[in-house]
Amino acid sequence: MTAALQLVDLRKSFGATPIIRGVSLEIAAGERHAIIGPNGAGKSTLFHLVSGRIRPSAGEVRLHGERINDLRPFEIARRGLSRSFQITNIFPRLTVYENLRCATLWSLGHKYAFWKPIDRLRDARERTEWLMDSIGLGARRSLQAGVLSYAEQRALEIGVTIAGGADVIMLDEPTSGMNNSETEQAVALIRKVTEGKTLVVVEHDMSVVFKLADRISVLVYGEIIASDTPDRIRENAAVREAYLGQASH
Amino acid sequence: MRTIAPWLALAFAFAAAPMIFSSGSALTTMSLMGVMIVFALSYNMLLGQTGLLSFGHAVYYGLGGFVAIHAMNAVINAKLGVPAIVIPLVGGLAGLGFGFLFGLVSTRRAGIVFSMISLGLGELVSSSSFILRSFFGGEEGVTTNRAKLAHFLGFRFVSQIEVYYLIAFWCFVCALAMYALTRTPFGRMCNAVRDNPERVEFIGYSPRMLRLIAFSFSAFFAGAAGGLAAIDFEIMNAQQLGAQQSSLVLLMAYVGGIGAFAGPIIGAIVITFLQISLSDVTSAWQLYFGLLFIGVVTWAPGGIAGLLALHRQALRQGEAWRLAPAYAMAAPALAACVVGAIMLIELGNRELALERSEGSAMRLFGFSVDSASLAPWVVAIFLLGVGLASMRRLWPGVESAWGTVNARLLEKAA
Repeated sequence: MTAALQLVDLRKSFGATPIIRGVSLEIAAGERHAIIGPNGAGKSTLFHLVSGRIRPSAGEVRLHGERINDLRPFEIARRGLSRSFQITNIFPRLTVYENLRCATLWSLGHKYAFWKPIDRLRDARERTEWLMDSIGLGARRSLQAGVLSYAEQRALEIGVTIAGGADVIMLDEPTSGMNNSETEQAVALIRKVTEGKTLVVVEHDMSVVFKLADRISVLVYGEIIASDTPDRIRENAAVREAYLGQASH
Repeated sequence: MRTIAPWLALAFAFAAAPMIFSSGSALTTMSLMGVMIVFALSYNMLLGQTGLLSFGHAVYYGLGGFVAIHAMNAVINAKLGVPAIVIPLVGGLAGLGFGFLFGLVSTRRAGIVFSMISLGLGELVSSSSFILRSFFGGEEGVTTNRAKLAHFLGFRFVSQIEVYYLIAFWCFVCALAMYALTRTPFGRMCNAVRDNPERVEFIGYSPRMLRLIAFSFSAFFAGAAGGLAAIDFEIMNAQQLGAQQSSLVLLMAYVGGIGAFAGPIIGAIVITFLQISLSDVTSAWQLYFGLLFIGVVTWAPGGIAGLLALHRQALRQGEAWRLAPAYAMAAPALAACVVGAIMLIELGNRELALERSEGSAMRLFGFSVDSASLAPWVVAIFLLGVGLASMRRLWPGVESAWGTVNARLLEKAA
């Protein structure tokens, strides 16, 4: 079976500085894969490379076996890969409802339609209602997204990411800046809305990672030093030294 | 029903206006207002809805107008039975064509890059209007005679009242179409690309394609407005597509309010009215426009529509009375500021600038004054000074009244 997402010797340098130094990784369909690593390891850069925000210097990204290196972000999104951002990246002056509805439109085939009244699109309405219930923002539907609380904006960020029904979901630090109860809710939400999908998540909170992931890859200075099940990663000496040990000091 | 009611009201207003304001000059003014409403709405498709600040929107208005006027002359010469009512469509299609072409160059990026390219294209077209004389008619422009066009259902669109209704008809149709566009997948994605072009890419849309479509549509309606102007004025010249016309439409949209669909309609009506009536009263009218623009940008970025919306909300919730005392206190101070400032500008205009040759005797607010004497200057400076000082003291009262109202509104919402 082809992997949902495959990275082949992926490299990225900014000027003379290599940030990603040959990453190879296979993520199977339906797998929940976490990428962990110390600050500056290149986790966000890796996300940007896969989602098309920046182009790799060398190597390959394959989505369902197809090379997507040279595609623009919207072309990658149309092929069923959707990502969230570490810093909330929503439409601040649109309402919560409109944020979600806009994010459903392309996948429902409405594209640039300027001849269809948007309020009459039943499929968009139903999907938006479902999303709003799923992320628990029903009571906030008519508020501008910019005035939501931080945790609510993070939930909306996830909602916008999954709205198009992508089968590969990438979440960049979805629980960063949240308190314990918010984190717990966010993890439950992520579990629920990524059911049956391929999930790639960058996360700092180890408890989240161990709860959520089937497999974990450890990225250190632009290289993957280990990629395995959570239990084995916990026991891996190199990982402890490079990352987990460091975190416990 | 709630969306239909304002449109019925607008249609009624268009139909009834000439019965209330029936003088020749009122008809001319209202015809121009209709043209400017279409133009300003088309501008706001870019600025308010898609987040594109254009400094060269008159290019599409002007080119639409020129193509329309050439089309009129062509059908007159060829004796084709084309009535005036379809001419705005010709202008619109010309606008669409040029909009698509220039949009290809300018919509790749938003922000400063877009604005600078729009400015450059505006200069390019308006300077070429003095080179391509056969099309733009040089300094005099190109004229036509709408009376020679074919009849349409018994209408010849010769008299100003017929032209008014032609403009009102197209203005209504265009406004309705532009409103309908805001409520489509495309229209909503324009708002999304205005808010956050980066995220738009990650939900499957090309920001550039959205901007290009918006730009082309906007140019279509600007061209239609130009076509209406061609019928109305029966002349088109290079001024119509120049920088001054481009800044006028920006002024209209912004003063009216770019955050509400109706904002540019209000702006077009107010600014056109001021433009015509103010220029009769004072030669410094452009200075007042500048001050008005600065005032709106500084104190009311939502424009007139924004202010109206704020107050309407307070009125509906029965909280507006809390504002009355603070407003009553501030109003005389504001009036003193305005009167003092107007006096200073007019005295200055008479003594130092444009109207120096007219002598020093003048009328100000119904009084005969001598701008060379000290007294009116003292009064003006006194009024302005006292007004400004009182505003400084009284404004916090207005702000705290609004604070109370907003707090009450929030309570009621929760």
